[in-house]
Amino acid sequence: MTAEVTAPRLSPRQLARRRRVASWKRGWTRFRAHRSGMVGLAVLVVFIAIALAAPLLADSSGLDVTQADGPILHAPTAGYPLGTDENGRSVLTLLIWGSRISLLVGLMATLISMVIGTLIGLVSGFFPGWVGRIFFRLTEWFLVIPYLPLAIALATVLGRSLVNIIIVIGVTSWPGTALLIRSQTLSIRERAYVERAEAIGAGRWHQMGRHVLPNVMPMIFANTTLTVAGAILAETTLSFLGLGDPTRTSWGTMLDSAFEVGAITTGCWWYIVPPGVCVVLVVLAFTLIGNALEEVLNPRLRGR
Amino acid sequence: MSTATLLAIRDLHVSYATGEGPLPAVRGVDLTVERGQIVGVAGESGCGKSTLASTVLRLQPPSATVSGEVLFDGHDVMTMRWGELRAVRWAGASIVFQGALHSLNPVHRIGAQIAEPLLVHDPSLGRRSIDERIEALLDQVGLDPARARSYPHQLSGGQKQRVMIAMALACDPELVVADEPTTALDVMVQAQVLGVLSGLVRERGVGMMMISHDLSVLAELCDRITVMYAGRVVEEGPAGKVFSAPIHPYSGALSAAFPRVGDPAARFSPAGLPGDPPDPRNLSAGCSFAPRCPRAAEICLPAEPVLTTHLDDRMAACVRIGQPDPLREPTEVAG
Repeated sequence: MTAEVTAPRLSPRQLARRRRVASWKRGWTRFRAHRSGMVGLAVLVVFIAIALAAPLLADSSGLDVTQADGPILHAPTAGYPLGTDENGRSVLTLLIWGSRISLLVGLMATLISMVIGTLIGLVSGFFPGWVGRIFFRLTEWFLVIPYLPLAIALATVLGRSLVNIIIVIGVTSWPGTALLIRSQTLSIRERAYVERAEAIGAGRWHQMGRHVLPNVMPMIFANTTLTVAGAILAETTLSFLGLGDPTRTSWGTMLDSAFEVGAITTGCWWYIVPPGVCVVLVVLAFTLIGNALEEVLNPRLRGR
Repeated sequence: MSTATLLAIRDLHVSYATGEGPLPAVRGVDLTVERGQIVGVAGESGCGKSTLASTVLRLQPPSATVSGEVLFDGHDVMTMRWGELRAVRWAGASIVFQGALHSLNPVHRIGAQIAEPLLVHDPSLGRRSIDERIEALLDQVGLDPARARSYPHQLSGGQKQRVMIAMALACDPELVVADEPTTALDVMVQAQVLGVLSGLVRERGVGMMMISHDLSVLAELCDRITVMYAGRVVEEGPAGKVFSAPIHPYSGALSAAFPRVGDPAARFSPAGLPGDPPDPRNLSAGCSFAPRCPRAAEICLPAEPVLTTHLDDRMAACVRIGQPDPLREPTEVAG
């Protein structure tokens, strides 16, 4: 009786919301205890802030070659904190605007990759017989094709544009995800509640969408952050090889033009180091967050 | 409602393909369930009870080969087309699974899971009518309707089993198959769950096939009991008689394994049966129970006994029925 007097009675809806908030808080506390994950998050937040605030930090006219008025390939000065490129543009301006393209390509390509990987992983794990086998062979086939030549060939065929590079990275980076989702699906397929779903007359798509997918979701989330890191690296690689969109500046295209003008041999370190360091930092940040998330979402890894 | 027998299993054989050759789990079982009747299936672990249950909805694993007929309302489940089978699954016959603790998906709310069979069979149902149905079902099994918003881990074992029963009743099936519905529960909860289950079955006049290793539970609830051993029916008859006066020695052993109220001696040393059921992969030619049977004799060895009628409405597969007990030979055949 006393308990009822002191604690106000909550409706089930309020209770459920309270529990959900509590579980998010618990997850956040665990994530916060993960030092490298927090470092990664901090780095990522800084980069995302820069990308979003690019118009405030640097005038976009600084990207236009025809309006560039600085000295050519000049070392850092007060006016140009990171020096200038071969057209007399500020490297800092390029770096800030380049972060937008690099992050955008990374995220969009990951989205494509996760959708394809999850679908194929689910189907190949869930359907017995030849359907599952065909999709599994397809995954293996894509897995053993050397990634870079495939991406180069695709990018050449499709042409150089921002959308195409997103598609190229998306359709070449899914096999790892598919394998992961497949193995998880194989284990969940054998659970009793999937058999129950079959007994109630549910079709395979229903069983897959309602019972298997929600249970592999945490894994998909953790894997996403790791895939973003790979996609950003892939964007840099392809742009460096001259397959990026020539009309937009990304960190990869900056490295490409730096290489072309011989920045390495002429000692123009300010043209090469900043984009390189940015790529490394962002990729590292995503990887750290991914590892931390995996530990938070997978109780078995906890406390090791 | 048609007049055909609700469930008629005829000469059913199920064998699993294994690395060491075929494993016959069910060997020629006949079973009938009429509307409004509770039929119990008893036997030890590994004697084919659950395999039998799974064939009713054609849920046996892909490695199983099945012959014989499973007639649901006159239609053979084994040869049905997929669309018909789907209609039979749950709307015609539903299952209360053995492990309620695992048969609920941890990521969905109870209400959503009870609604699932409703939506699978009639996607046009409105939200309101579904909510009302869930409430009514939860109420029927004695749970607070507010529980619909809980997740499975927030319920106790008994509550989860009740949810499974509510789910089994969702589509108003004509037949409910209960596969050891109370195995994982303690005795108090077991009594509650069985009460709920049998009450609902009687109230709605549906047929029920109840599987258990606990002959005393079956004797209490069922109209008729079928006792299985090594994939075959060894005794069939009215529930009370099979339990209190079994005619097959195996039923006798099952029945004697439960201590009776008012018998202190049985309480302290319940009569067990030594040994295990035989490996179905290499059965002997004669009666498969002979190696463990206290009444086994030479006559049991040459051929497997046939199920024959005894005492009007009872059947048993034992050649020694009717033979006086004192004549019993020493049990050297046991080896």
